[in-house]
Formats: sequence, C-alpha cells, structure tokens
Amino acid sequence: MINDYAIEASGLSKHFGDLKAVSKLDLKVPRGKIYGFLGPNGSGKSTTIRMLCGLLTPTEGTANVLGTAIPGSARELKPRIGYMTQKFSLFGDMTVVENLQFIAEIYSVPKKDRRTRIDELLGKYDLVGQRRQLAGTMSGGQKQRLALACAVLHHPELLLLDEPTSAVDPQSRRDFWANLFRLAEGGTTIMVSTHYMDEAERCHRLAILDRGIKVADGTPQELQASTGMHIVEVTADDPYQAQEALDCDEHIRSVTQLGMRLRVLIPEQFSQPVGLVQQHLDEHGVTADVRLTTASLEDVFVSVTMSPEERAA
Amino acid sequence: MKSLSRLLAIIRKEVRQLRRDRLTFGMIVGIPVIQMLLFGYAINTDVRNLRTAIADQANTHLSRQFVAELRETQVVDIIEFVDTPAALDKRLRLGEISIGVVIPHDFDRRVLDPERPAVQLLVDGSDPTISSVAIQLRNMPIAFDTGTSAPRNHNIEIRPNYNPERRTPVNVIPGLMGIILTLTMMMFTAVAIVRERERGNLELLINTPVSSAELMIGKVIPYIVIGMIQLALILVVGDLLFQVPMRGSVLDLYLASGAFIAANLALGLVISTIAKTQFQAMQMTIFMLMPSILLSGFVFPFAGMPRFAQLLGEILPVTHFIRLTRGIMLREAGLMELYPELVALGLFTLVAMTAAAVRFTKRLD
Repeated sequence: MINDYAIEASGLSKHFGDLKAVSKLDLKVPRGKIYGFLGPNGSGKSTTIRMLCGLLTPTEGTANVLGTAIPGSARELKPRIGYMTQKFSLFGDMTVVENLQFIAEIYSVPKKDRRTRIDELLGKYDLVGQRRQLAGTMSGGQKQRLALACAVLHHPELLLLDEPTSAVDPQSRRDFWANLFRLAEGGTTIMVSTHYMDEAERCHRLAILDRGIKVADGTPQELQASTGMHIVEVTADDPYQAQEALDCDEHIRSVTQLGMRLRVLIPEQFSQPVGLVQQHLDEHGVTADVRLTTASLEDVFVSVTMSPEERAA
Repeated sequence: MKSLSRLLAIIRKEVRQLRRDRLTFGMIVGIPVIQMLLFGYAINTDVRNLRTAIADQANTHLSRQFVAELRETQVVDIIEFVDTPAALDKRLRLGEISIGVVIPHDFDRRVLDPERPAVQLLVDGSDPTISSVAIQLRNMPIAFDTGTSAPRNHNIEIRPNYNPERRTPVNVIPGLMGIILTLTMMMFTAVAIVRERERGNLELLINTPVSSAELMIGKVIPYIVIGMIQLALILVVGDLLFQVPMRGSVLDLYLASGAFIAANLALGLVISTIAKTQFQAMQMTIFMLMPSILLSGFVFPFAGMPRFAQLLGEILPVTHFIRLTRGIMLREAGLMELYPELVALGLFTLVAMTAAAVRFTKRLD
C-alpha cells in the first residue's frame, strides 16, 4: 500500500506515572521530506521518537509507521528504520570500521556488498582517515558522522534522529544538514528533533512541542505567517531603557532583546502596533527606530509556547 | 539463518571488546590463579605450630618426656616455659600464645588415675580452629618408660577416608572452583550488560533487528567459554601445585560445570536487569558472593550449620556445585549418581532465566 505519509499518528500519549510526557499528539510526516520536531528540553521530543520506533509503548493512541501499526510488533519495522540516539551509542572501544562492520552484520547486509557499502559511507561521511581509529577517541563531529553512517548503512526508508547536533560545532552542524538534504533527495523520510531555530528553519515541515503538547504544525513559512501577532522591531541606543518602557503595557505579549534590537510581539487584533510602541517610547523619552517586520521562527516559538495565562492576558 | 549471523556478530563484537579490555582479560586468568595460590596456601585447617607456653610444675622425668612428645607432634611450637598457670593466663590474654599447658605437681600420680586429668590445656577459645586442635591434643597418649600405657579414655583414632594426609588444598580447591566461577560468571555477565545500558549501546541495539534472545545469548556465550577456560586453569594449577586428585571423569566435571555456569550466567542476567549502573551490579554480585562463600559448605561444614542457614545454602547454586566437584574429583562419584544436585542447578537456571527474560522485555519500556 502506497501511502503519502511515512508516519501518521493520532492521539499519541505517553505518561510516566503522573508526568504526561506526550499528550494526544496528532502527526503526519510526508514521505521523502525532512520533518522537524522543535521544542525545549523535556517537551516530549525523545519520548515521541521512541514511541514511533517501537521502543516505548504509548499509553494511549495509535500510529502508523511505514504501514506498521504502533503499538504492535515493531519487529518488521526495525530493518526499515534508522535511529540515531541523542547520546553517542556506538562502541567506543571498537574502531570506525569495526563499528560499521558490526552494524552491517546486524542488519544482514550481504557479505559481498559489505565492503563496498562501508567504503562508500567512509567516503561520503569523511571518515576515511579515521577508519582504524577507536570510535571513543574521535571528536564530537566525527562521532556524529559515524553515528549517521551507521544509521543509514542499511538504506532505511525512515530515519529518526534525536537531537543529532546537540554535541557538535556550527561547521559540523552545517555539514550534517547538507548530508540530511542529500538523503531526503534520495527519498529517505527524516524526522529530526532539535532545539535550534536555524535547524528548524531548514526543515520541510515542522511541529513545535511544548510540555508534551503539539502547539504548532506546518511549513516554516506557514508558521511564520500565522503567528497571530504583529512583530515590531525596535532599534534603540539604550535597548534596556526601551524594554522597561514597553514592559508596562498589557497588550504587549513579549519583548525579546537581540543585541541593540528588540522584537516586540503584539496581538494581530490590535490595529496600531507601531503607534502603540512609539507612544510608550516617547512617554519614557527613548529615541528609537520603530518598524513592522515579518515573523522569524523564534517569534513563532515564543508566541506558541506562551503559557495560556500569558496568552489570555 | 539471519538470526544466526546476528548472533555471531554479537559474539564477535563481545570477544573483540574483551580483547581490548586488558584488565578484564587479565582478570580471566588472574582471578583463578591468584585466588588458588592465596586460598590453596593460606587456608589451612590442618593447624600446626601453634604458639605454646608450658608451666611444668612437676618437672619430673615423665613430665619432660611428655613435653618432648608434645613437641614432636608439631602441632605446638613451644616458645616459653613459665612458672605458674597465672603467667600462662596472662600470655593467653595478650595473644602471645594460643595454648598454655599446665603440668601439675602430682603429674606422675595423675597419669595413673583415670578419674583425674593429668594435664590442663588453657586454650584461646576465640578461634574455633584452635579449640578443635586442643581437643585432638587431649587424646594424645601419655606413657611411662616401662611401656605401660596410660588409660585412653577418649583416644579415638581418626582416619580420614578421602584425604588421608588431611591436606587442606585437596578439600579447598574443588570448592574454590565453585567460588571463582560464581564470581567471574555472575559479575562479567551482569557488568557486560549494564555497561552497554550505561553507555547507551543498548538503546541503539534494541532498535536494530537484533532480538532480546539473540542479544542475551550472544553476550553470554563468550563468557561460557571463558568459564571453561578458567576451569581448565584451576584443574591444571590444582594438579601441579597442590596435587589435587582427579579421581572421577573430567567429562563429568565439565558437564557439571556447564550446568553450574548456566545457573550463574542466568543470575548475572537477573542482576543486569535490576542494576542501573555498573557499580550497582558489582554490589549485587558481592551481595550474592558472600553467602556463596560462607553458606555453601566451602568454608564451614554444611552439616554443622543451623537449619535456617542450610536452607539458604540449598538455594545457592555453588552449594550444589561444590557437592558435585568434591564427589567427582575426590570420591570418584559418577555424574548420574549425583543427579539431585544437577536437578537443583537446572531448576535454579530455569527460574532465573524466566525472571531475566520477563524483566528484560519490560526494561525496553
């Protein structure tokens, strides 16, 4: 059965005792796309990924992953998914090649293809020079490339990546994403969790999780277009004083400082956002340049992860 | 077929990691050899050269002859002669001597009188082994020059059947085999699995097509082989250094060991499903090891233990294994004659394996 979605989940929940790690999550992950999972630590990203690969049993709800029902026997699913854990989980006391060989054997890659496939991956993920190095002695970026090479060795249809870039430098992160795009072009569906905005922005689609609840879902552009907020950018000589001037107004939902600039979020139903901001600044004698701008993903994130009290205020 | 190749992949990986882990690799050989040297030479229930002082108040020809005979037994090492029993008491209390011998003034007359003890032994009762030695000394015959033997009230000749020279290593090493295998098998399995969980390897592995059974069996097989190697090492060292006899069949011994190793590995697996860190796994191993040493009949005779301790001992696999090894190695018993011990080991393995399997699948959640 050809389905447009690699993952479809409805009402997926996971409770650990009283803690609701994930609540009633609905999810549709299209095939061949990079689907991002954005959320702060403890928002339920890892728990969701673990449920989707059959590692955790959902407390409620169901999912369909590559045609396999969850909860259910995830056994036939295993050869078709690749999983990269948050923590480096390969064998530090084995060399790069030994790790790859072991994974190849575990996934029953035919013996005659093993060597070619491993050499191909070493080249693709820039590990040729490290082939005889013990994995535990490599740098964060190298470990991450090895982990990705191991996760894709058996050509999985679906790749689940749990915060894959949390332990690497910015250059390695860029290279890593270039690799992900290459894989997606090859038809692999990728689900990746992150807490970096710039990474979320690169995804084809995105879900934002907050305390176990999905608070937004769509393409980055859609999300940016539908914040329900005016974004006012204030450039002031004294941004601290400007922030103080704006903090007192209850219509202003959030003020975030970015260097010399402030990003001010005001609900859409308010018709004169620039005028409101200008008025407060004038009252406090702050000179600043005030203009309306488009929402960044960070603005989206701030507006959707506000607590209900903040939102209602 | 795929399952077998996955199993082999895990075994290969395990052996490869083991080879790199120099310390563990060294322990495989080091634990049995060093323990055997230590225990074989140090544990000695056949006590000799106990420090002794004598208060010879008689000082007759007969009493001097008695002292000479006492010295000849080699059980005592006479380090001092004192004047009064009080002086003996003091030395005992200070731990300078283990035995004090009081020979009273009327020693010669007392020797002929069956109603009165001829000699008084003051014994350091804080060490049970010394007390039992003293009881043996009590039976020493005391004779006059004329050849007239003194009445032998308690003189029972002891003739041990299977260890006539009463060499301790002969008794200790079959038991030590059980202790060493318990320690290494239980600890290695428990730690090997907990370590993978601690390092996150397990999360990766359970997301691959590897099944729990393949993973468990694959991890355990290398350790079975290691257990067999350790066993061979113990037998060779036991034969070369301590001349421990091997009266029964080596095959029987290996079969019995197979059953015993299985029981310990199963226990190791149970520990691995409970312990969250390697440190906890070690603690639990030691928790199991202490009763294995003390309640199994390895150190203290099983028959002499209170009922409650015996029941605890019966639960331990090592108790049954020590009976098997002593039976096979020293008494030339056949494996089938000792079948109740095998049944006990099999039962233990079954229960432990079931517990491990139930808990292991739960742990994935």
